[in-house]
Amino acid sequence: MEYLIIIISTIFINNIVLAKFLGICPFLGVSKNTSTAVGMGGAVVFVMTIATIITYLVQHYILNPFDIGYMQTVTYILVIAFLVQVVEIILKKVSPDLYQALGVYLPLITTNCTILGVAILVIQNNYNLMQSVVFAIGNSVGFTLAIAMFSSLREQLDTADLPEYMQGIPAALITASILSMAFMGFAGLV
Amino acid sequence: MAQAISNKEVFLKGIIRENPVFVILLGLCPTLGVTSSAINGVGMGAATAFVLVMSNLVISLVKSLIPDKVRIPAFIVIIASFVTVVQLLMAAYMPALNEQLGLFIPLIVVNCIVLGRAEAFASRNNALSSILDGLGMGVGFTLALTLLGSVREVLGSLSLFGYRFIEADGMLVFILAPGAFISLGFIIAIMNWMKNRNKSSN
Repeated sequence: MEYLIIIISTIFINNIVLAKFLGICPFLGVSKNTSTAVGMGGAVVFVMTIATIITYLVQHYILNPFDIGYMQTVTYILVIAFLVQVVEIILKKVSPDLYQALGVYLPLITTNCTILGVAILVIQNNYNLMQSVVFAIGNSVGFTLAIAMFSSLREQLDTADLPEYMQGIPAALITASILSMAFMGFAGLV
Repeated sequence: MAQAISNKEVFLKGIIRENPVFVILLGLCPTLGVTSSAINGVGMGAATAFVLVMSNLVISLVKSLIPDKVRIPAFIVIIASFVTVVQLLMAAYMPALNEQLGLFIPLIVVNCIVLGRAEAFASRNNALSSILDGLGMGVGFTLALTLLGSVREVLGSLSLFGYRFIEADGMLVFILAPGAFISLGFIIAIMNWMKNRNKSSN
């Protein structure tokens, strides 16, 4: 039940993109068509789950015992950058199909602030390992949902007849605003 | 003499012509996330500007020592170190602001502006112009955040820098998430409109 609450609250109520403003760069950058958006979402689900597990273990078995919590930012970003590289190499060998689908998005993920953000949030919220994993899955699915919905809206937006100064980013941001308002309707669900 | 002119140019371009938020559209996460009031915008902008200037300076000094293949990880470590410095300073001297900005302080590490300037500018230029570039971009970022923060604070809580000028309820939606997207969308649209109008009148 507790896990279900985490899942619902991370996907709908506190959606990582539309309510917490993490991962706006890929949200605006890779949302021009639905298939790339879903590909990016898949890569984020994959990397975020693994990254959260590893940073959790690093925090509890390296940083905390040696009392070097102030190294958190430096350590986490290195772990994530390293992990993305490893995932890329392993995926290339083990599952060329999956690599084909996610490969191009993997390098972009190092600077996707959702990964580092979730890794830090997990520690701030004092979650245990299982809760952290569920939290990471919920947030990454929330990211995928937001970017997939947004990209399908943007595909429609391309055909709309807009004044020149509204085309592109301004129209996209206003669309995102309406999407975010829709997600506010979930507030109070849990 | 040519150097003096280009230095001024290097500093100024970050403020308007290549404004990181409104023109290049980098670093939008903190831009949208922390600007529920003008003062948060100033604080976040100043923290980012500090990291930009310091990391630009250090990267331009050590650029010849870093092998090309590992330059991105090396840049990230340098940036992360300065972010940690900012984090510790803010926790010690500005606990209230630190509480407000919260997660977005450590996330300066993954702010694309900082790594972008390191890669595009500091890794190719000398220390002085790298500092100026960092300063210009930092000031441009701070101005953008302050503008967006002011718009949202005025519309959302009818106050500016915490000073209330009308005793009434604002439009709460501008403090919440949708207001951030819509304010930035309209600011960029207005800037585009002004740019187009200038172009056609010339």
